[in-house]
Amino acid sequence: MTTDINLSRTGRNSLILLRILIGWHFLYEGVLKLYNPAWTSKAYLSSAELLTPLFQWLSGDGMIHLVDNLNIFSLMVVGLSLLLGYFERIGSVFGICLLLMYYLAHPALPGASQAGTEGSYWIINKNLIEAAALFVLYQMPTGTYFGLQSLKKNSLNPKTK
Amino acid sequence: MSEDKSEDKRSNWSRRDLLKGIAGVPIVGSVWWAGASKGVNNTQARDSILKTLNINASPPPPSGPMAGDPIRIGIIGFGIRGPQLCRALGFGQKSWLESMAEAAKKNPKDTRLSSFLEQEHLNVHITAVCDLFDVRAQDAIDSFSTDVVKVQRFRTHQELVESDVVDAVIIATPDHWHAPIAIAALQAGKHVYVEKPMTHNIKETYALKDVVEASNVVFQVGHQHRQTQSFLTAQDVVKKNILGHVSLIQANTNRNDDNGAWQYPIHEKANPNTVDWKQFIGNAPMIPFNAEHFFRWRKWWAYGSGLSGDLMSHDYDRVNCILKMGIPSSVVASGGIYTHKDGRNVPDVMQVNMEFPDFSTGSSQVAGKEKGMTMVYSATLGNQYGRTTAFMGHDATMEVGNSLTIYADGKSTKFKEKIVSEEMDPNVPIYQYDPASGSVDGVTSATAKYFADKGLLWTYRDGKRVDSTHLHVREWLSCIRNGGTPSCNIKEGFEEAMTSHMGGLSYKLGRRIDWNQAKQEIVQVEGYDLDEALLEDKEKIV
Repeated sequence: MTTDINLSRTGRNSLILLRILIGWHFLYEGVLKLYNPAWTSKAYLSSAELLTPLFQWLSGDGMIHLVDNLNIFSLMVVGLSLLLGYFERIGSVFGICLLLMYYLAHPALPGASQAGTEGSYWIINKNLIEAAALFVLYQMPTGTYFGLQSLKKNSLNPKTK
Repeated sequence: MSEDKSEDKRSNWSRRDLLKGIAGVPIVGSVWWAGASKGVNNTQARDSILKTLNINASPPPPSGPMAGDPIRIGIIGFGIRGPQLCRALGFGQKSWLESMAEAAKKNPKDTRLSSFLEQEHLNVHITAVCDLFDVRAQDAIDSFSTDVVKVQRFRTHQELVESDVVDAVIIATPDHWHAPIAIAALQAGKHVYVEKPMTHNIKETYALKDVVEASNVVFQVGHQHRQTQSFLTAQDVVKKNILGHVSLIQANTNRNDDNGAWQYPIHEKANPNTVDWKQFIGNAPMIPFNAEHFFRWRKWWAYGSGLSGDLMSHDYDRVNCILKMGIPSSVVASGGIYTHKDGRNVPDVMQVNMEFPDFSTGSSQVAGKEKGMTMVYSATLGNQYGRTTAFMGHDATMEVGNSLTIYADGKSTKFKEKIVSEEMDPNVPIYQYDPASGSVDGVTSATAKYFADKGLLWTYRDGKRVDSTHLHVREWLSCIRNGGTPSCNIKEGFEEAMTSHMGGLSYKLGRRIDWNQAKQEIVQVEGYDLDEALLEDKEKIV
């Protein structure tokens, strides 16, 4: 998997840095939740501002266990794919979907409650910015330069020393 | 140039390629370790604290079965609280059902109608109503009559309680009618659910107590928060001496709207022809027909009980159901009419200090070092800043409302080691019970929010929101059907009523009012008949 866009080494390294930072964030969130059984997204989902019926359904007793596990699994998949540089485009898509769900539940729209968030936002918040950054990573994957993807590519012709 | 060179290098593996290929692995390991350590530590700290506290937050078993013949209920007083109590029984007024359906349509988070419709069927019939305003009585008849049961209107409570169409009565009248109607109903052999405050003066408090104790029917006072899960959990917290010695309790009323200040709407059809004014007045001083007095009776001592009886009675019983500390040995009250100078003669700002010098919730220090407690009730009808109800102990502070939160005290003896080891942080709750964290409730007015925050509107059973009043009337009905004693019986009602009257008297006489525990009476104040002073239609006597 390669990028069609010509980038300087600095540009490519910047993308790699961005990939690692976002992967770090996702993996830490996922692992922390995995090892903290008391965590649940119930309150976040049930207090959703938009698409309330959908999020209320997701936060219902019958669904919340599945939703929480899926969330943890997805956070870790995104984190691992970005940090390891392997299937990072799939990871980016997963990450964008997760972040858009978080955004839709509590969008930074005028009039919507911003309780529980640090900083001040108008329409654009950190979830949306991180989703946009993942879109950039989706467009310009760097796993072939820095990550397991590069080993896969070269595995057909390993150099012997 | 450099791009081309790097492309060449990637055609096969070099050590550098390998390092670049697996460089993410140690980062994954580090992040995983950090996340897992933090997660495990958090879980262990949480488990350790919960094990130390050992608080039981499980709901009680439901009161007994509702099987058997339907219990026939008579509603006496169908103004504001009466219809609410009918909903708790499973009967919604037509107008209420329509407005709730409309509200749910506009706001999907508004669950009032769905909660009502999901309420358990209590196997009761509303067979009779007595209200002194024709419009309201007719509303009850129109709303609750069915093909099987036609609601009968009785013009007087006496006729209703003596009729053979009711087994039990719910009394939701102005305060000055609570005791006379309850006594009449008990003497007629009818089970009684009476709203708070239980009585309007001292003499009738003894009279009602005597009649209840001599009867074999079931008596319940309407302090529905006794069914609220957080209050049941708080009882366990105190039982396990988690708070240590509680020296101070603060409870508050914070309201700032017309409804909260008892400025209720006056019905346009109310006039001397549609309201039985003479009967409304009862033992109060006779005055010409006055629609404001009829609809906003809480604003006058002649019919209501002011902040001390109307709202402090809630707060006192909220604390008494947790601590069972009984009647204070003395009460000092102050305040005034500072925010609603509209002709009322009950205060709208009031502070009541209640002393319990011989009471203790327990101790973690040297035996005998701690004893005695003050409860401060502070109220204003001119500001709704959300002051919480706090039980302030040597080892911890507990905030109780619909949720319950406990903070360790920085100088606690019991939790000293855990605080030093930083396992407990005095700024972070060591325990939190928040039944609403998993759901959203429709709270549509400032006054409704005030009651909800205090745990007076609803509670939770098995994750579902349930009207506390529904559980409270259910408990009463269960005792009627299956035997047993309701949680707010005559002992609790007597304590609530006497404490409220002490608060009102202290305010009106401008002096400390003492309770004689041995004689079970309020100590006389020279020169005054206490009941006359309490009921006198003046803001203050001294």
